[in-house]
Amino acid sequence: MLTWAALAALLLFSTYAFAQARRRLAATAQTRRIHSRPVHHGTYVTLWTLAPAALVLALVGAFGGKMESALLRADTPAIVRTLTPAQAEVFFDDAQALAHGGTPSQTAYAGELKEALTDKTAQAHNLEQTLQVGSIVLAAVLAVGGFLLAFRRLAPDFRARNRVEGWIGGLLTACSVVAILTTVGILASLVFESWRFFQVVSPLQFLFGTDWDPQIAMRSDQVATKGAFGAVPLFAGTFLVMLIAMAVAAPVGLFSAIYLSEYATSRTRSLVKPLLEILAGVPTVVYGFFAALTVGPLFRAFFNAVGAKLVGGPLDGIGVYLGQVQNQMALVAGAVMGVMLIPFVSSLSDDIINAVPQHLRDGSLALGATKSETIKKVVLPAALPGIAAAMLLAVSRAVGETMIVTMAAGLQAKTTINPLDTVTTVTVQIVTLLTGDQEFDSPKTLSAFGLGLTLFVVTLALNIIALRIVQKYREQYD
Amino acid sequence: MTDAALRAAGPAIPSFLKGAVEARLKARHAQERRFVLYGRMAIIIALAFLAVLLGRIGLQGYTTFVDYRVTVPVYIDPARVDRADIAGANFDMLVAQAVMKKLSIPDDDVGENVGKVMELMSNDLGFQLMAQVRANPSLIGRHVNVTGPMKADAALYFKGQIKRSTPPEGRKLDDAQLDWLDRMKASGAVVSGFNSGFFTRSDSTEPEQAGVLGAVVGSTMMLIVTALLAVPIGVMAAIYLEEFAPKNRWTDLVEVNINNLAAVPSIVYGLLGLAVFINWLGVPRSSPLVGGLVLALMALPTVIIATRSSLKAVPPSIREAALALGASKTQAVFHHVLPLALPGVMTGAILSMAHALGETAPLLMIGMISFVPGVPGGFTQAATVLPVQVFIWENASERAFHERTAGAIIVLLVFMILMNLAAIILRRRFERRW
Repeated sequence: MLTWAALAALLLFSTYAFAQARRRLAATAQTRRIHSRPVHHGTYVTLWTLAPAALVLALVGAFGGKMESALLRADTPAIVRTLTPAQAEVFFDDAQALAHGGTPSQTAYAGELKEALTDKTAQAHNLEQTLQVGSIVLAAVLAVGGFLLAFRRLAPDFRARNRVEGWIGGLLTACSVVAILTTVGILASLVFESWRFFQVVSPLQFLFGTDWDPQIAMRSDQVATKGAFGAVPLFAGTFLVMLIAMAVAAPVGLFSAIYLSEYATSRTRSLVKPLLEILAGVPTVVYGFFAALTVGPLFRAFFNAVGAKLVGGPLDGIGVYLGQVQNQMALVAGAVMGVMLIPFVSSLSDDIINAVPQHLRDGSLALGATKSETIKKVVLPAALPGIAAAMLLAVSRAVGETMIVTMAAGLQAKTTINPLDTVTTVTVQIVTLLTGDQEFDSPKTLSAFGLGLTLFVVTLALNIIALRIVQKYREQYD
Repeated sequence: MTDAALRAAGPAIPSFLKGAVEARLKARHAQERRFVLYGRMAIIIALAFLAVLLGRIGLQGYTTFVDYRVTVPVYIDPARVDRADIAGANFDMLVAQAVMKKLSIPDDDVGENVGKVMELMSNDLGFQLMAQVRANPSLIGRHVNVTGPMKADAALYFKGQIKRSTPPEGRKLDDAQLDWLDRMKASGAVVSGFNSGFFTRSDSTEPEQAGVLGAVVGSTMMLIVTALLAVPIGVMAAIYLEEFAPKNRWTDLVEVNINNLAAVPSIVYGLLGLAVFINWLGVPRSSPLVGGLVLALMALPTVIIATRSSLKAVPPSIREAALALGASKTQAVFHHVLPLALPGVMTGAILSMAHALGETAPLLMIGMISFVPGVPGGFTQAATVLPVQVFIWENASERAFHERTAGAIIVLLVFMILMNLAAIILRRRFERRW
């Protein structure tokens, strides 16, 4: 609350600084020529008043809690040292919760421990106050100091505009660095957590093990399996679903792109393209709902009916199997994912086909080829690298897609190529491992990061290969 | 002899080849027709999927927007409601008995029928009654009219989704209950109307009391965070890369990096959010703040790419004219180029926000899947959002939640369509062609 008030005061003061600087230069401008406009001088002073102070407030706002808990844990009372690390953690959390008016855990403290808690609560309260007041004082000093220093530099010849533009340039550069930081953040978090995971489970076992069963006991008295982290069944499942999806998306997407760019009238195109864009804009959770509650039961009913026909005949075994097919199967997830990818494949291929120069087509047609022969023998070969890249990007999308498989594929880790079987994928397992109760030190939770790292590396490789294909095989026509 | 001259112009086809040539030509034309047919079929398949998808969800979901409300005059029996302990009374049972009295349903000693009637009435009626009596204890001993929804299964029967023709083992309500429902409807106590409760209530474990308000508010708050972060940062990064950046290795790296980020699976952003924002920075789990942060990082590449392409579309003559008149580079960009590119920038921003609105997977990683019964109280409070609400309801076992799921999807799609329409209108209205 106090920090917000300080921020408001800071803004008010900056407005005052801006007005002061601008008025001073506006007055000078009456009598002589000035280098920069008064508004630039005003902005210059405001920047020096506002930026350092706001930075301090923001940093303390973002990291104050962390600093406080680190300082609080710096000297642990002797009695707390006798507790287990988990209990000590709860103790400190409770001290902080009590100090900030939060709700502490249900743990009952007694005797010496209770005294220690009261002690620590008071310390946490003090630390919070010190941090808050300290940051506000520091911010005030910086604001006033910045204002005075900047204001003193104002002069008719002062190049305020160039200074302000320097600030703007810095800000723009900083914004573009955010993109780099995101990649670094992704890599760092995935690698760091995976590294912790790979200390428990060897990477070889993870990548080549054929048994996936992450339900290990969290407490020693729990009954659970030993736990196995061989991800091959997940890779197989992901691959199977991806293959089915591409079997739907590649032909349908490619043919609709060919038709739209080569045959369709402009009216058809202007009608169909937005409709395909709608298909692309539908959230994946909607596809998942459709797969789970419409396509799944439909396919199951179909296969069960076929199975019922076959039972007792020469294909009795197959009939019995088809009669037991469940809603959740690789085929359902793959088919619906394929539909989702149609507009993606189609729009990418459309761009690529349109980029093939017209005179190639004209040449082929002039030699007597029909339109379809032209497309098959001239346009598609010319567009092949681009189309291959588009397919790879679609594969990368299919591998990383989460909601459809979570809702329609199932949870059983199986290494199978049977599309009627229920399979599980890398993304489904990440979701399953990280929702619900989690303890951040168990290999079960950490394995999700191992899977995430694998997923990231695979999709990144696919994208880079796609980019390389396009660069390497691009024909220069003009 | 013009005919002869013309004929001489091309090589004459020998008569023994003529049949073969014509057959081949026919085959080639047939091939052509087949090829066009494949193309048409591909388009038809894609559009048919779209129609089936939307139609199916519409069919499953439209019944959500109708509800059946019942009005019951309840006698607040002083023998049953203790003035000192109002919350201790069983108001659900009072409601059920009032219904039984009205329909003159007899009851046996063990109260089997009361239990069955209670299965038909939402406990919202009991809550309302309790609230009324608490606010005004003088109601005890009087008749009070309460109006509220029927229990979800009863509503499903009225909507025709539970059918009398199904054998009793296969449905949740038995024949007697269906008879009572028919009589309640015939007596005029039950009226159907627009389900406003779906928009004024939040998630609940009872399907008939579950609504999307909490999720809509949560989604809005999260999108505000996303837009406030992704749009300014993305636009400024794009301005830097397009207008200021020197061509060197560093900017090449940034560029490749942005293109790669756009293709990173969304679930990986969820892992990033979990590891960095929640575990390292201590942002509260399942809050709109952390969701907005994650989605902002995810939307950033899209915003940057869209902004760059609309900055590229502004002709260089504009920049050169501004520079020639003595404007600095910054002034040329911010006073002239950016305003002209703004419609395109806004269109791209709105489209990427619409995309963020429908995103689910990364939000599951950061704990947004928890059950949140109310409207989120602030940016750091636990919240749920529309697509996650869809996911949660889809997982629920009660059948009545399936129509709610489809209803929530319809609400989500309406929001997305509105955002897309806004983008289209913006583009049509303000976009300039040079």
